[in-house]
Parts: sequence; structure tokens; C-alpha cells
Amino acid sequence: MTNAVEITDLHVTIAGSHVLQGVSFSVPLGGVTALLGRNGVGKTTTLRAILGLVASSGGVKVLESEVVGWPTHRIVRLGIGYVPEDRDVFSGLTVEQNLRLADSGTGAKYDEVFSLFPELKTRGRQRAGTLSGGQQQMLSIARALLNHRPLLLIDEPSKGLAPKIVSEFANVLERAAQHSTVLLVEQNLSVVRRLAQRIVVLDHGEVVHRGEVADLDDPTLVRQLLGVAGAA
Amino acid sequence: MNIFLVLTFSGVALGAIYFLAASGLSLIYGLMDVLNFAHGLFMTLGAYAGFEIATRLPSSFGAPTLVILAIVGATLMGALAAGVTELILIRPLYGKPISQILITIGLDLAVVGLLMGGFGSTALQIPVPLWLIEPTHIGGLYLPNASFLAIGAGVIVLVGLELFLALTRYGIIIRAGVENREMVRALGIDVGRAFTLVFVIGGAMAGLAGILYTIVFSGDLVSPNQGDSLLIFAFIVVVIGGLGSIRGSAVAALVVGLLQQYTTFYIGGHSGWAQIGDLSTVLLLAVVLEWRPRGLFGRVA
Repeated sequence: MTNAVEITDLHVTIAGSHVLQGVSFSVPLGGVTALLGRNGVGKTTTLRAILGLVASSGGVKVLESEVVGWPTHRIVRLGIGYVPEDRDVFSGLTVEQNLRLADSGTGAKYDEVFSLFPELKTRGRQRAGTLSGGQQQMLSIARALLNHRPLLLIDEPSKGLAPKIVSEFANVLERAAQHSTVLLVEQNLSVVRRLAQRIVVLDHGEVVHRGEVADLDDPTLVRQLLGVAGAA
Repeated sequence: MNIFLVLTFSGVALGAIYFLAASGLSLIYGLMDVLNFAHGLFMTLGAYAGFEIATRLPSSFGAPTLVILAIVGATLMGALAAGVTELILIRPLYGKPISQILITIGLDLAVVGLLMGGFGSTALQIPVPLWLIEPTHIGGLYLPNASFLAIGAGVIVLVGLELFLALTRYGIIIRAGVENREMVRALGIDVGRAFTLVFVIGGAMAGLAGILYTIVFSGDLVSPNQGDSLLIFAFIVVVIGGLGSIRGSAVAALVVGLLQQYTTFYIGGHSGWAQIGDLSTVLLLAVVLEWRPRGLFGRVA
């Protein structure tokens, strides 16, 4: 196996809108691949299609299995940890219950997660809905890292967070990437530069660029592909 | 004052039965978005199962044992009917709300028709022990023993359900699923099993509600349409309490039960308009929908 994910001619239509129009790219085993693009180009939809959370057609191979048409829980059990864009912690459950829910029953790494985020241990009985945005993101990442997952799908971990917290999360993800392959959706290019080795850029539901993270050093290319200044 | 206290006691007993009827309906909708119009059928089937047990088993069992077996049998019948309905009829129709509504209404009509064919459309009498009919004398009040049974069952189910939802893994899956079903799946959890379990739990409570309503409020009479009548109030309780909230169902059931008893006696008793009790609950529903559309304890849409 050389690729953790292989996507071939992936199409997704949501409410009559053709969101993904034949997306094809691969995520090699090991390291971090960043999926980039302007708002609304289909980055989150691509992750959701990999997980079977939206209906799709085309080919999606995850950890050697063709998964289009599979139920989400079966795809996830192949070995995927998922951090959604809006954290999606269960606000009515406690921190401890959120983690218990993610526990697959096969050697969950509570000690490791609590060493990364000690606050989650002290706030175990607090309802997740009362946590701050940063703490909710900690919980969301902790759920994904609790079990050993060969593949992590992480959607905009820095969204809405203060720079100091973003830097802490980048440290955690850097460590996680030593043991897992990461497909990262991220708007913050400094985080991408720090974590990723490869980039895939989407525009209007299609892949418009595949390359190395060093490509982001070209301000003209960055402005052309992402519509932002290269130093962002 | 004595009349007010007796009405209050009776209203709490009625509320307990409404809670049993409504909480399963609320969980089923909250977790699966299934508007289950066959829920009334589960109540009716529970009541008929209780009738069969109480009349067919030898009287040597004794009336108290027979009524306990009838209640247990009604609960199991509701659970079985709901489980089979979910597995065979509802499961292929998840994500198709119109089809779900049509199939559950169709199932209700068909099975109620079969019950009428098999048992006749006239109400049947369940034999119950004398102590269940007699009142207990407490502080100058004569309180019906059957109402104690309903209140006891309501409290046990409420506490049991709260403990189940708070402490067990499936309980946590159900609570999480009511909040965000998609994210539960994205954690690798097969929500389908939780769906079946919730249907079975809801059906069990419906069966229990069916037999208790028969014993406590319908003069020990079982009839094919009784579940459908009870279902209307269950829906009212679910909407007032908030979809998916067990505590909401408990509070709303209590309010609806008390309101119905007070208005039936104080307004209906004087005006001769007995249906004022039912009308008052519909008015309460209208007020709650206007003031707080998601119900007393409902989640924000």
C-alpha cells in the first residue's frame, strides 16, 4: 500500500448543486497532505464524501478498500479519526462521555490524550457545551486521537481560534502525524507550511493544482490559486 | 379542598400514563426523525395482550398474579411489536419521512382492523383484583389504588430511563444521536442498533401505557381504538415537552394530566361540556407553540 486515500473522478451533488465535479487525487502514506482552496470550493465536502456522510459517485479507496456506498461507521472502522469543521462535540454530554463515545474498545490511549490536553482530565465532568471554543476543539481532536488511527481527516482545526491556541494545536497535530497519515483542510497557510509536505488545491469542485508545500512560497501562484497574499 | 387534592392525585396518575405513552414517541422522533403513527397501535396491542393473559390463564394463579402477568405481558408485547416494525417496515425507509408516516398509519389501520375482526369492536373487560378497584384512605381522602399503580410505574420508568441514558454506553449513544446523529456515525458507531433499541424501549413503554390506561382510566375495558385516542395526547405531550427530551415529556405529561383533570371537573362539571378537558390541552399546545416552538425542553433546531 503506497496511498492511504485514492480518489478517482469523485462527483457529489447537493441540493441540485454539482459541488465536486470529478475530483481525483491521492494521499500518500505518512505525513500531512493539505487540501486547500477558497471558501466553498468543496474541501469539506471531499472529506465528508470520503467518510460516506454525503452520497457520491466515482472511486474512493481508503486504506486499500473501495468504500463508495459503504455506511459511515464501517468506513471509519477501517481506521479513520475525524475532526469536523465545527468541532461537533456533543454539548449535552460531559467531556468524559464524549471521550467514552469515541472509545473503540481496542486499547484507547487515555493517558496519551490527557498528557496532550491535561485540561480535559480536570474538566471530565463538565458538559461539553459549556467549554470554550478552544477547549471544544481540544475535545474534538482528542476524540480523533483516542484510538490508534492510521488515517486522520482534519477539517480547519484553527478556525476561530486565537493564534496561541492554534500554535498549540499545530504542535499536537505535528506529533500525531508521526504515527498517522493526515489529510488536512486548512485556510491558515502558516499552519499548512508548518505541518504539510504536500498540497492539493481545489477550485469550483475540481483539482487545479497538486504539488509540494514549497509551492506556497510562490506568491503569484498562491494569489492565483487561493486568492490570498503568499505571506498569509 | 379535598376534591382539589383528589383531582391532583388523579391528574398525576393520568400524567404518568401520558408520560409512558409519550416518552418513547419523543425518543424515536428525536433520534431517528421518525414520526411513528403506529405508536398508538403498540399501546392497543399491549392492552389486548394483557387481556389475553388475564382471561386465558387459569384463575388458580390468583387475581394479583394475573394482573402483574398482564402488565408484564403488555410491556413485552409492545416491545416485540415495535422491534419487528422497526426491523421490517421502518429500516428500509430511513430518510423518507412521508413513506414512514404512510406506512405507520397503514400499519395502524390494518392491525386495528384485524383486532376488530378477531375480538369485535365492543370493549372487553379485563378482570382485575378487588384491591385495585378499591380506594385507599389517606388523611381524609379516598385515593384509587389503580392510580398508585400508574404513578409508581411512571416514576420507575422515568428514573430507570434517566439512569439508562446517563450511565450506559447505549444510553450515551442515544443522547448523542438525538443531538448529532451524523457525528455519532463518524465516530464509527453503528447507529442502526441504537435505532432498534430505542424502538423496542418506546414500544415497551407504549404497551405498559396501554394496559395501565385500561386499568386506571377506562374502567378495565379494552377496545381496538383506545391506543389511537391516547396517541393524540402523547403527541401533544411530546410537542409541549420538546422532541427528544425525556424530562420534557415528564413535565409536559404532568401539566397536561393535571390541566385535563381540573378543567374537566371545574369547567366541564358546571357547564356540562365534558370535552373541555381535551380542548384545554389543545389550547395549551397552541400557547406553547406560539411562545416556545421548540417546546419546554426541546433542542434548538
